[in-house]
Amino acid sequence: MTILEICGWLEATPLGTTITESEWLFPTIETVHVLALTLVFGSIAFLDLRLLGLGNRNRGVVSLTSETLPFTWVGFVIAAITGALLFVSAATKYYANMPFRIKLVLLALAGVNMIVFHLLGYRSVAGWDHARQTPRAAKIAAVLSLLLWSGVLIAGRMIGFVEASHGFN
Amino acid sequence: MVFMESISSWLEHTSLSHAVSVNTWAVPALQTVHIAAVAIVFSAAVMLDFRLAGVTGRHEPLRSNALPFYPRIKWALLVLIATGIFQIIGEPARELQNWIFWTKMGLIVVACLLTAATRPQLAEMTLAEHTSGGRARIRLLGVVSLVMWVAVITCGRWIAYAGGPAA
Repeated sequence: MTILEICGWLEATPLGTTITESEWLFPTIETVHVLALTLVFGSIAFLDLRLLGLGNRNRGVVSLTSETLPFTWVGFVIAAITGALLFVSAATKYYANMPFRIKLVLLALAGVNMIVFHLLGYRSVAGWDHARQTPRAAKIAAVLSLLLWSGVLIAGRMIGFVEASHGFN
Repeated sequence: MVFMESISSWLEHTSLSHAVSVNTWAVPALQTVHIAAVAIVFSAAVMLDFRLAGVTGRHEPLRSNALPFYPRIKWALLVLIATGIFQIIGEPARELQNWIFWTKMGLIVVACLLTAATRPQLAEMTLAEHTSGGRARIRLLGVVSLVMWVAVITCGRWIAYAGGPAA
């Protein structure tokens, strides 16, 4: 089975057809997707800005991380579930959509950046938790994170414009 | 809505509106910046309101670590107003002749007033140290202002799907 065939099968499932045939399901799922992704982007941006020494400078990195991370994860899980539902409703169209593909690649890179920073840069956090100046590794990770997540946002918004004539908004 | 029709048709014929609508990248670019700013306002509001509602940060005074949320909301709101105005100029009928857009505008005013009202509540006390009446008021304010921001964003997304003049 090719990926395209799997996509065709997905959108023909009762779940896929129910979302496509409903007038309100797609916009409703998309609204929840937007609420969740704004929480992901905003909570990550707060932490990245702290790592760059641009905001919350009086606050410890560990304390800020423990406040923002639960929001990031809850937002991400909800965004992933609603994103999967939106995908199922028009899987073949999304599969062929270039901004959608770019978005997935950028998401994966953002994940890799987070894992690398967590394994390498964050281990020494006890030494610079309350310092205004963070190590270079933390700053690089923060800049990459802001760039990659902005890219996810841009590509995500472009999905609807590339295929605008096909009924996306 | 006749008034709004004439305003939007006047706006449509301005050169600025023309400039926004002929550049195919302008509207998605404005929307993307708009969403990034929504992310800042909404994340700050969620984190603030969860504290006020007593879901997070229960063991620290309400005031500590909460004040930086306000300037973020303020600056991001200015970005939202600017990108919002240019979206209206680019596609006036889509917004000005849509009742969901006007509902959103009303809800934004309410959400801003409620969020501003939370600031004087932030004392150097934990939620538990307040009187039960004070605690109930702070929690209610947190929950209601969060619901308002969710409603604002919900209306924002639905402008694309509904609420326009019947075709």
